[in-house]
Amino acid sequence: MFEWILSALILVGAFFTLVGSIGLYKLPDFFMRLHGPTKATTLGVGALLIASALYFSFNTDQISLHEVLITIFLFITAPVSAHLMAKAAIHIKLKQVKRTQNIIK
Amino acid sequence: MLETSLLIAFSFVALALLLAFIRLLKGPDVPDRILALDTLYINAIALLVLLGMYFHSALYFEAALLIAVMGFVGTIGLSKYLLRGDIME
Amino acid sequence: MSAFFTKLFPHPILTLALWGVWLLLNNTVGAGHIVLGLILAISIPFLTSGFWPEKNRIRAPFALLKYAGVVLWDILVANMAVAKLILGHNKDLRPGFFYVDLDIQTPIGISLLANTISLTPGTVSCDLTEDRSRLLVHALHIEDIPAAVKEIKERYEAPLNKIFTVC
Repeated sequence: MFEWILSALILVGAFFTLVGSIGLYKLPDFFMRLHGPTKATTLGVGALLIASALYFSFNTDQISLHEVLITIFLFITAPVSAHLMAKAAIHIKLKQVKRTQNIIK
Repeated sequence: MLETSLLIAFSFVALALLLAFIRLLKGPDVPDRILALDTLYINAIALLVLLGMYFHSALYFEAALLIAVMGFVGTIGLSKYLLRGDIME
Repeated sequence: MSAFFTKLFPHPILTLALWGVWLLLNNTVGAGHIVLGLILAISIPFLTSGFWPEKNRIRAPFALLKYAGVVLWDILVANMAVAKLILGHNKDLRPGFFYVDLDIQTPIGISLLANTISLTPGTVSCDLTEDRSRLLVHALHIEDIPAAVKEIKERYEAPLNKIFTVC
């Protein structure tokens, strides 16, 4: 039973990590690409880290929670770096895809 | 069961790394490359965590933590450089 | 007593957070690390308090917990939605920029709001105007901009405005 939960968490995490990178690969402009890695990848890696914490807590004789630290760190830093990258992209006047509403010049 | 799902997860994350790497090479602009690097380091964390579980070793945690911290600082530094033309003021 | 307390713990929340991080980093609750972590957690905010002039008070801790729950739930839902958008047909996406007028004043409130916007449904906060009055947001797929602004203001900004106050 426990193995099933762990496997599900690992597969879901890996899937979301992949979705983030697919978004990075196939979306048409920078501002749209920004969405993939900031959301999907963060959740994906978060799920993998939770799976790792569970795995080490149940398979060794001590509780392992330090993976939570990376999870929290990623959840705090991902939006910050996304914000700065977007700010930089606006600053150097990166082109946006034509169908964008309210294009920033 | 766990072994199989770990192997599938490895292939997913490896594919994710490959896609991010292609974006890093393709660009077309500097922010795209910064974003690709950002994604690459987060995917590297995922790969390290999976390796830790696969080899049943807690040693990979330290590396993952360091990559998380250094990657964040790198992304911020590069974005700041684009914003100001200088990293420190 | 109270003055002594504020002098010794200029930032009680930072102290608690540092202590927690130390214990998590060492992955132990051994007595030695509890004491060492406590020493570090007290001395670091005390010695660096000059760098953090403004103080943040959490007015409603339970509201903060509720807010965290709402945000975590929204992150899960947002990821399903974004995954669907990314894997679907990208030609149909209607991306767009819009401004959110901010009522919230405190720096920590604004940064938490921006972070929340970046982590939840299809939106990334891009820029804050110099006078901290408007936040520029980019959406991956948006049809009704006023409704999205209204949702952000009601769902995230109103509770944050209640939680954090200027002291």
